[in-house]
Amino acid sequence: MYKLQLCLRYLRTRWIAMASIISVMLGVATMIVVNSVMAGFATEMRERIHGILADIVVETHTLDGDPDAARRMQEIMEVAGDYVEAMTATVEVYGMISFKYRGQVITRPVTLIGIDPKTKGEVSPLVTNLASFTSGRRMGLALADDAVAGCLVAGVLPGSSAHTAGIHAGDRITLCNGSPVEDTKELASRLKNSIDRKTIELAIVRDQTTLALNLPVPSPSWTLTTEARGHRRILVELERRRLEWNQPQQVVPAGGSQPLPPTPEQTPPNLDVPPGFPPGNLVPPPEIGPSPAVPPSTRSLDSLLAPYAEPAGPIELADPADPLPARIFIGAGLIEFPIEDKETGEIRIERMVLAGEDVRITTVSAGRPPEPRHFTATVVDVFKSGMSEYDSNLVFCNIEQLQQTRGMIDPSTGDRAVTSIQVKLKNFEDADVVVKRLRAAFPAHIYSVRTWQQKQGPLLAAVELETGILNILLFLIIAVAGFGILAIFYMIVVEKTRDIGILKALGASRQGIMSIFLGYGLALGVVGSGVGVLLGLTFVYYINEIEKGITWLLGRKVFDETIYYFPEIPTAVSPLTVGCVALGAVGIAVLASILPARRAATLRPVQALRYE
Amino acid sequence: MSTPQPAPQQTPPIPQDVSQQARDAWATAIASPAAPKATLDHLPGTSTPRLRCIALEKSYRKGELIIPVLRGVDLELAQGEFLSVVGQSGSGKSTLLHVLGLLDAPSVGEVHCDGRRIDNLKERQRDTLRNRNFGFIFQSYHLLPEFTLLENVVSPLAIRYSTLTWWRHRKAIREQALEIIDKVGLGHRVKHRPSELSGGEMQRAAIARALIGQPRVLLADEPTGNLDSSTGQEIMSLLASLNELQQLTIIMVTHDERIACRAHRIVRLDEGRVETVSQAA
Repeated sequence: MYKLQLCLRYLRTRWIAMASIISVMLGVATMIVVNSVMAGFATEMRERIHGILADIVVETHTLDGDPDAARRMQEIMEVAGDYVEAMTATVEVYGMISFKYRGQVITRPVTLIGIDPKTKGEVSPLVTNLASFTSGRRMGLALADDAVAGCLVAGVLPGSSAHTAGIHAGDRITLCNGSPVEDTKELASRLKNSIDRKTIELAIVRDQTTLALNLPVPSPSWTLTTEARGHRRILVELERRRLEWNQPQQVVPAGGSQPLPPTPEQTPPNLDVPPGFPPGNLVPPPEIGPSPAVPPSTRSLDSLLAPYAEPAGPIELADPADPLPARIFIGAGLIEFPIEDKETGEIRIERMVLAGEDVRITTVSAGRPPEPRHFTATVVDVFKSGMSEYDSNLVFCNIEQLQQTRGMIDPSTGDRAVTSIQVKLKNFEDADVVVKRLRAAFPAHIYSVRTWQQKQGPLLAAVELETGILNILLFLIIAVAGFGILAIFYMIVVEKTRDIGILKALGASRQGIMSIFLGYGLALGVVGSGVGVLLGLTFVYYINEIEKGITWLLGRKVFDETIYYFPEIPTAVSPLTVGCVALGAVGIAVLASILPARRAATLRPVQALRYE
Repeated sequence: MSTPQPAPQQTPPIPQDVSQQARDAWATAIASPAAPKATLDHLPGTSTPRLRCIALEKSYRKGELIIPVLRGVDLELAQGEFLSVVGQSGSGKSTLLHVLGLLDAPSVGEVHCDGRRIDNLKERQRDTLRNRNFGFIFQSYHLLPEFTLLENVVSPLAIRYSTLTWWRHRKAIREQALEIIDKVGLGHRVKHRPSELSGGEMQRAAIARALIGQPRVLLADEPTGNLDSSTGQEIMSLLASLNELQQLTIIMVTHDERIACRAHRIVRLDEGRVETVSQAA
């Protein structure tokens, strides 16, 4: 009984013990915060990587690819059909992209990925990464920000899916998929997170009444949005007028989205030869067979590409806004850079290429030796996954175009070669089984079969290593707290030597004395880690508010969303980690009190009583 | 703890748990030894000495040097006797008290309590014995500074009982403690901390603490050493009345002859040996 009483009494009266409680508390809180943020980043990153790659990727080692994709996919279905939900064939190849920006030619190395957007969209969330979707344009929404909370609908395109869903201009979007929306930026991040959804649930305020609406998630396609078509139409018209005006004089290139004023030293337009460089980011497209009434994506691409393969003279377009047969989704990192406004100090994002403009793509042909191949493609959409490694490297292209350009279509049979097949599983937990089966079925010297985790192994391993090292370093903080407890306890034992003697004279046993100090250590550990857990969880919960506060205090951004692509700091609290940290801290506190407790227990009563 | 023979159940002041009963049985066994030892001539009617030491030697080792403190002390303390041990500083009187109270182990010799040897018991048993059979009073009071007077007084019982037993009988314990505190004249200071008490009050509190466990022997080490003479006399009167009214066996160590003469018998120690034994006036 006295043990408990003394423990509590010492805890209440020894203020020095507060120091060890605080050190344990800070250690625990720091570990929880760091672990939660690291886990949040890692989870977010994995989601983003997973969003671009599929569950399982079957790749050929050669860039020439597997000549019979359809056959291969059938084999995959035979081997692991029960597990497979969807599949898509892709062509991955290195390339270069070049475009004009303010009179200069900018060339970037890229990874070209030929995809079929419909099947690719079934395998991994493609549309949620596209700027036309997150900005609402693909659904026909024109959004605007104002001072009032909620995202204002400035306009709705007649005939668009938003129009069909019943959204009117002047409505205010307040909720998206159950999460509150403050402005367009927030709506964009909510839309970006609507992965695996068939519909977007919106709450709309119209005339003080709230309506719930469902907007279907569009499937990714190679069609231009109305806005991009408009942009393209203006560019084509400008170009045509300039040509008309200046003939037979020289022509000014249209400088992408920012046309430069005409200067006398200009090269003549070279519109008729696709292998040549386009004058602006636009070439009038070559003849397109079918009538423009048929949407471009439904046309036979072979027939589209046929005239493209043999360069012809300039042809009048049925609709000048029609895109070229080669179309791409371009990674945002390739065409964006931040500019700081010299006057206001605000950072805005400058886009060098807009949807609807044309870029030049260079790649290599299949076969030996690989030869350079060029084609001009229309940028249909800008792609932003949030993984800078992907956003500044990837260009998605229509697979038919890439196969055609690289000579991957067998002229005799019409078989199309692909370099990889991406597989989505019904349940990712089966990945190991499927990989094992596929590896058995496909010879290893021709194919590599990997899950997305294995494909991104080094990156994920690096993050895990980082977390591990951080944890070790942070645990040292708690260990330091442990030594603090040891020192403080030793001091308390010395200070309490006489009292220990008294207790022994009154008949307290060695174990009893020991358990006083062990219990004291346990109490310190429990209180310290308990408060630490609360503090850490509170910090994690309000981390974005705290970040804003620190930003305000320092006058400098702590967490720059333009660098990290995250609208806010991602966190993920794992109860297991929290439990382990708390238990570890209590353990260290008890361990640190063993030595002083032993010393107290082995004091000889006579010695202790004489101690003054 | 062994039970050499079944003993009649004592009537304890407070209900006790099973292990407590076993201890009581053993304590009773000590109280009723098999064969009576030598009688004491100066106190007729008592058979077994309450406390007895035989050829007690105690030496401390200081590096190579061995310093003898007690060099063969034989002493008997009868039930209900009030004994003073006097001597100069360094004569070994405090050490003798510590050895008798099992706070220290003798180098050579034996200590008997009610006819049973107690110095060779296991540590755990000695702890229990100290708690149940001995009450200590020290020169510098040795109260626990974190506890109030009441908590200090009940601390021997807090050590004796498990948390559960304590909780079940907290009211009885409190009443008993208040009664004893009243007896030593501190009824008005129950909630005070030791730092808020005077020296005399602290020593009274220490006596109350020594009494609450209903010990067989009260061991007092210079109980008046830190007090002025009038307060010292008050404390001595308290001890004398306890001895007289409750037949409490007291052994007191002091260097003050005037204090020592309040006892029945005075033992004079010199250089670790008993020099003279004299009856008090």
